[in-house]
Amino acid sequence: MVDKTEMLDELEKGPWPSFVSQIKEQAEKNPISRDLLRQLEQSYKDKKLYWRHGGVVGVWGYGSGMIGRYSARPDLFPGVAEFHTVRLNNPSGWFYNTKSLRQMCDIWEKYGSGLLYMHGMTGDILLLGTTTENLQPCFDELSSEASFDLGGSGPGIRTISCCVGPARCEWACYDTLDVTYDLTMTFQSEMHRPSLPHKFKIKCSGCPNDCVGAILRSDLPIIGTWRDTIQIDQEAVSEYINGGFDIVSYVINRCPTQCMRLTEKELGINDRECSRCMHCINVLPKALRPGKERGATILIGGKTQLVEGTIISSVLIPFIKLTPPYQEIKDLVNKIWDFWGEYARGRERVGEFIQRIGLGDFLEGMGIEPNPYMVAHPRENPHIKFEEYYREGD
Amino acid sequence: MEASPKARKLDIGPPDYRQFLHPVVKENYGQWKYHENLRPGVLVHVSETGAEIYTVRAGSPRLVNIDFVRRICDLADRYADGFLRFTSRNNIEFMLPNKENIDPLIAELEGMGIPVGGTGKIIHNMLHSQGWIHCHTPASADASGITKSVMDELYEYFTAKELPHRVKIAFACCTACCGGIFWSDIAILALHRRPPRVNHDYVWRVCEIPTTLASCPVTAIKPTYVDGKTSVTIDEDKCVYCGNCYSICSACEIIDPVNDVLSIWAGGKLANARSEPMLAKLVVPSLPSNPPRWPEVVSAVKNIVEVYAQNARKYERLGEWINRIGWPRFFELTGFEFTKYHIDDFKHAGQTYKKSVQLKF
Ligand code: SF4
Ligand code: SF4
Repeated sequence: MVDKTEMLDELEKGPWPSFVSQIKEQAEKNPISRDLLRQLEQSYKDKKLYWRHGGVVGVWGYGSGMIGRYSARPDLFPGVAEFHTVRLNNPSGWFYNTKSLRQMCDIWEKYGSGLLYMHGMTGDILLLGTTTENLQPCFDELSSEASFDLGGSGPGIRTISCCVGPARCEWACYDTLDVTYDLTMTFQSEMHRPSLPHKFKIKCSGCPNDCVGAILRSDLPIIGTWRDTIQIDQEAVSEYINGGFDIVSYVINRCPTQCMRLTEKELGINDRECSRCMHCINVLPKALRPGKERGATILIGGKTQLVEGTIISSVLIPFIKLTPPYQEIKDLVNKIWDFWGEYARGRERVGEFIQRIGLGDFLEGMGIEPNPYMVAHPRENPHIKFEEYYREGD
Repeated sequence: MEASPKARKLDIGPPDYRQFLHPVVKENYGQWKYHENLRPGVLVHVSETGAEIYTVRAGSPRLVNIDFVRRICDLADRYADGFLRFTSRNNIEFMLPNKENIDPLIAELEGMGIPVGGTGKIIHNMLHSQGWIHCHTPASADASGITKSVMDELYEYFTAKELPHRVKIAFACCTACCGGIFWSDIAILALHRRPPRVNHDYVWRVCEIPTTLASCPVTAIKPTYVDGKTSVTIDEDKCVYCGNCYSICSACEIIDPVNDVLSIWAGGKLANARSEPMLAKLVVPSLPSNPPRWPEVVSAVKNIVEVYAQNARKYERLGEWINRIGWPRFFELTGFEFTKYHIDDFKHAGQTYKKSVQLKF
């Protein structure tokens, strides 16, 4: 049994499933979980955390995938004296079968706290809390018996994640699951032996709805789109109208580019003006679908706050077709790593790097031609750094 | 027992997702035609071939134990032929080829205290950072506890109650923003209010001085010598309490239970639908951090949701609604006080000032 947990007990009340109940259930049988519960109660009482600053841990042959964590009070909470995390690279789209998950659970029961995040913010399964001694045997079994491998950490490519894609979404404009798996397999060595200036994230969303938040959560978002015309099923449009759905108010008037028109129950779209925002397709899924000439827009530079502020990614390649083996993407990634790797300051994300040197110079380094799709508008100041001028006597 | 390193396989990569696709999913891969949201938490996807797959989405607390995972697996075995998936917002999805299984599955989930919902124009499962469970840098607030408290209060908006559009909420316990908060409709962010206290006995032992200096976004940190040892000093006028130096150098102690606060942000959006993606803006600079249920934070979040529910138009995300009515009206409707702290004074701050006389009175 565990000590009294008056503060945490409050978080077992209420209808939403409780993480405290999850820890408590494990605490009945696992000493790591028991002391996690006790230490957490202490944190709640004192309003402060009881973890010491990180520490480097790992397994043979890998420079990433494990995060060291130590209790600041091992005297009081010996069970969490060492409480390291193991990051397991999630399968594309977070698809599993029960056999694989059960295997993973059995191994984690043997070597760790029995607690985990399904999933961490980058997408990995995070196995929460084990000892330094258990890391290697735990990893060996996860790898040899359950076929899992570690995800990324540190200054390298991180675990790639993607939306449900063509597995169950009619809007997927490319095979997000396959691109994710293919790139993950291609960059295994770079993921497990990080050597970039800072972390580098790729996320794959199948359409501009961007269900994995690629545009802000990754350095290199790959977001599906189409180049031709939205597919319209006029019969289905009529069905919506006859069913009493107010297409004018909810679709036509909300189109940001005002490129839609309804004439005698036929819906028309001026596709040259359409900005591929997805609104009409989202609202009329039975009648409208993305076009047939599908591919993706590749953006660059997204990141959250620290150090230079949050950056929303911006357009790098307006449209690209994505077919296996995705060589253009792999070449692009390698080119970015070479250029950024050579000229970045320490711990400078690629978005920060581009802000410092300017997108123009970055494109030059990449060998990509500037294109008006890359900017919201041209510059508003006259301080153009012309690179050529004539001298007297030229 | 140390296995010989040679026997170990490196870099096998994650399991191949193809083996985890239900046969119906596999057969109709890339051929889905349309879908419908049958009720919160239940979707049907229809294929060109006429095949159908029903998805039941259930909320999870994200931090789960192995027995929970096994119980979920039992359900997947019974109702979904042994397949399941998770979403980017930590929900569990069961894909059922058989419609008849929807109700019994939902009954079992609800019996286990697992809510079904999170699809359509409702509140999505919250994203959050790690907090006191596992992180070494959070300000004085816990991610899981705040998430649980907010989701308890907004429970009916996850399972049933329709809003003008979906609302995504996130929590982050420091400015590293692991919760991905800036693109959320509503975000809660723990902040410090006081510069770090440097422990000079400790800096030379645990910190690399150049990386510590470089970590500061406002160059407030300078190298120095104290009692013949290398250390750093912090210019308190410049420091913006971001805590980045602490994440690099633990001798720059910044966590402070007395002074740390919780801020609330609103109007972020990530999808491209209608308007372009936008970042959340500050709506409440500081609320007290009161574990275990953080009532001040919960009521501020609920206030925003309710005012939005009453005032926004259908298909209007929170940020789009605010852009239409204007920020003065938002502060009027929510009753939040507008202060000096709401006015940006960081880099490029001037871009956020109002530069026209188009004012609604
Ligand atoms: S996708 Fe967006 S811009 Fe294009 S027609 Fe539909 S609503 Fe208009
Ligand atoms: S808290 Fe942030 S702003 Fe203050 S000294 Fe540290 S790094 Fe600089």
